[in-house]
Amino acid sequence: MTDRPIKVLIAKPGLDGHDRGAKVLARGLRDEGFEVVYTGLRQTPEMIVTAALQEDVDVVGLSILSGAHMTLLPRVTRLMHERGLDDVLVTAGGIIPDDDIPALQEAGVAAIFGPGTTIAEVAEYIRTHVRPTGA
Amino acid sequence: MSEDRIRGAELAEAAVAGDRRALAKLLTAVENRTAIAEAAVRRLYPGAGSAHLVGITGAPGAGKSTLVAALIAEARLAGRTVAVVAVDPSSPITGGALLGDRVRMQAYATDDGVFIRSMASRGHAGGLAATSTSAATVLDAAGFDLVLLETVGTGQSEVEVAAAADTTVVLEAPDMGDEVQAIKAGLLEVADIVVVNKGDRPGAQRTAAQLRAMLTVTPAPRRAASSLGEGDDHPAPKRPEVLITTASTGDGVAALLAALDRHRAAGRDGLVDAARLARAEAQVWAIVSERLRDRFHGEASRPATESTLRAVAEHRLDPYTAADRLLASLVDPRTPA
Repeated sequence: MTDRPIKVLIAKPGLDGHDRGAKVLARGLRDEGFEVVYTGLRQTPEMIVTAALQEDVDVVGLSILSGAHMTLLPRVTRLMHERGLDDVLVTAGGIIPDDDIPALQEAGVAAIFGPGTTIAEVAEYIRTHVRPTGA
Repeated sequence: MSEDRIRGAELAEAAVAGDRRALAKLLTAVENRTAIAEAAVRRLYPGAGSAHLVGITGAPGAGKSTLVAALIAEARLAGRTVAVVAVDPSSPITGGALLGDRVRMQAYATDDGVFIRSMASRGHAGGLAATSTSAATVLDAAGFDLVLLETVGTGQSEVEVAAAADTTVVLEAPDMGDEVQAIKAGLLEVADIVVVNKGDRPGAQRTAAQLRAMLTVTPAPRRAASSLGEGDDHPAPKRPEVLITTASTGDGVAALLAALDRHRAAGRDGLVDAARLARAEAQVWAIVSERLRDRFHGEASRPATESTLRAVAEHRLDPYTAADRLLASLVDPRTPA
């Protein structure tokens, strides 16, 4: 079957307690026809990567507003690499200064969506960059 | 095709050997009903059957996910490994789904003895996904001691989980209805164990007392014939234990785990056997009907099938005769459909 829905994990690494954005995005992607796994607040990189692995998602979306993105996001991508999840698309959103973007991309975060990004834009990006696997 | 068979066998072997990534990939194949999944399940099925499959069902917000999390904690304390299949509904409009059951299960997110998989129902009514039973088989074969099947939030009649599980737990919240709700047919009838959750809320004791009173007075009913045929081996009406838990604190959860074990032990004299027979029946018939549909829509028979269906649509043929002709054409391909 080729038309199975794309599966996305929306996770919030770190300690900030603001998950409205992540929830709105999760809901919006649901309406775009994705299967969205939402794991809630205060996730360690280990928790996020384990969830991505067990759920066999096509995309990991990380929402981060705390300013700890330079520490946490590369740790997520490194762990994903260690556990063989190189074919999973990693994106991030939240408050991330432009200056930090090149280093994050270098670390394996494919796309960074700043404030003002629409859900349709995120959905479009995912559709063009993911090919869901049958197994 | 043979490539799929090899891939399926590889994934199956790796999953049994403890490769969690292979297990996850295999579950995706199962969800997508691919040839890889079929090859893998063929291989895994003989090695499955030792896990305790427990269904957890109940209304939205009754606390299913929180109870699953509490059961994971209790089972881990007892040294058992746990797998969870948590089903949430797919949108009938977009096909999308929000799978939020993991939120409550984060305490064991990185425990290697725990494996949690969310599944979207993908249009399947009945409380589970069409592939949940196969997913449970795979997790069973992968060696998990306890496999918890958490349904979507259910109403009164999504009883499918009872066929998928050895032991079915129906969750109620305090004061959700009066005694008449407890004597209606449906969900409560398939419960092996009824749990009144949110036991710290006022009304929990009263609700449990009402449920006990209503569920244990069951007289021997006149039993409907099962689809397996006549015979005296119909399951006796269930007289579920009624327990109170507060899943958010863990209160009562050890007692629930003990009740699950008791049910399973008692089941060795037939109760669980009946559930397993019902599960085998459901699984095999689902495959038979899928295969029949494939056959009738296959290259060779499609024209005949289509003209038969058209005749029914135009009222030139009644549906019973049409079905008989299609079935006859299976036995003797020369029979005109």
